[in-house]
Amino acid sequence: MSMTDVKNLEELFQAKIDAELKIEPKDWMPDAYRRTLVRQISQHAHSEVVGMLPEGNWITRAPSLKRKAILLAKVQDEAGHGLYLYSAVETMGTSREQTIDDLLSGKAKYSSIFNYPTLTWADIGAIGWLVDGAAIMNQVMLCRTSYGPYARAMVRICKEESFHQRQGYEIMAVLAKGSPAQKEMAQDALNRWWWPSLMMFGPTDANSPHSAQSMKWKIKRQSNDELRQTFIDRTVQQAEVIGLTIPDPDLKWNAETKHYDWGTIDWTEFNNVVAGNGPCNKERLAARNKAHNNGAWVREAAVAYAAKKAKRKQAA
Amino acid sequence: MSDNPNNWPLWEVFIQSKRGLDHKHVGSLHAADAEMAIENARDVYTRRQEGNSIWVVKAEHIHASRPEDAESFYDPADDKVYRHPTFYTMPEGAKYI
Ligand SMILES: [Fe+2]
Ligand SMILES: [Fe+2]
Repeated sequence: MSMTDVKNLEELFQAKIDAELKIEPKDWMPDAYRRTLVRQISQHAHSEVVGMLPEGNWITRAPSLKRKAILLAKVQDEAGHGLYLYSAVETMGTSREQTIDDLLSGKAKYSSIFNYPTLTWADIGAIGWLVDGAAIMNQVMLCRTSYGPYARAMVRICKEESFHQRQGYEIMAVLAKGSPAQKEMAQDALNRWWWPSLMMFGPTDANSPHSAQSMKWKIKRQSNDELRQTFIDRTVQQAEVIGLTIPDPDLKWNAETKHYDWGTIDWTEFNNVVAGNGPCNKERLAARNKAHNNGAWVREAAVAYAAKKAKRKQAA
Repeated sequence: MSDNPNNWPLWEVFIQSKRGLDHKHVGSLHAADAEMAIENARDVYTRRQEGNSIWVVKAEHIHASRPEDAESFYDPADDKVYRHPTFYTMPEGAKYI
């Protein structure tokens, strides 16, 4: 293809995006658009999958059968979310095996939030309320992303997510109304998860070099800072309702902007966790690798069994 | 695609949400055979009673039209407005038509 051909195709592609037409797998797309999406969707998929680990930690120790059933259902949903997203990556021509290998080798990233430990039961509340809450902000935006399979996966995911946030908030509300020790446990979880949850929205707009292109392609439709601010505005009110305190001394309602002013994120911590030095990075990757390797015989046996059945059917 | 013989093939999943409706494409998954694909589809795509019937089709058996041909491929339908009921003028006063 000549340079002019590519230029024309790029113009047609952008015109489709501008007209709010979805891009589908077989459509022509710029290499950079494909690369960006493969990276973003696979990171998103890995986050759903690795995100099962900190919560899975509490399934056997949930305080009641009801909470255990709920947590199991939530974690099972996250496995499904991983699958929807892996399928969306696959439509871009990258094999599932490749995508998973990139996670297992440590080449691919996942959301840093899952590199923090779940120390108490209240952490399960904080994760549902804050971590799923922050993820939902982003995912609601992505329901309108320009790549069709990604947008469809997001619609499905968003339908399932809202129970995740509500069950977490309910756990926090119940603990906050409980004994002083229970309330303290809830407050401690909020203290530990608040700032990492704000980091989930990514670097500030000023430090987010690829954002402009992603907005132009309508992969993203709202900036990191906008989403983060909306999340803060909503969550502060929810914390008030259950009598917990957001761990930010600079938090103050600003009547002029109609938003909360708030403190500053410790970006050194963020960069450190992204670079692999968070409290649980090694543990998470080791757990994924162990599960994958221990499951190898099951994958092989299933293939062998399917072949045997097919043969038997042919003979009959 | 890799040649690893232990990789499970890709299946496309179609779900009928209610008796009487069409089966609709909902997504895809990997499974060793059709039976496993149906069971996995139940576990991922019908956790909230989204359906009562599942079809799975190996992705390699699906053939698709080419988006780059769309204009010429569909243009025979472009100038045939008379295929739509709104094309016709009905005499004043006629009922049930
Ligand atoms: Fe999720
Ligand atoms: Fe979730």
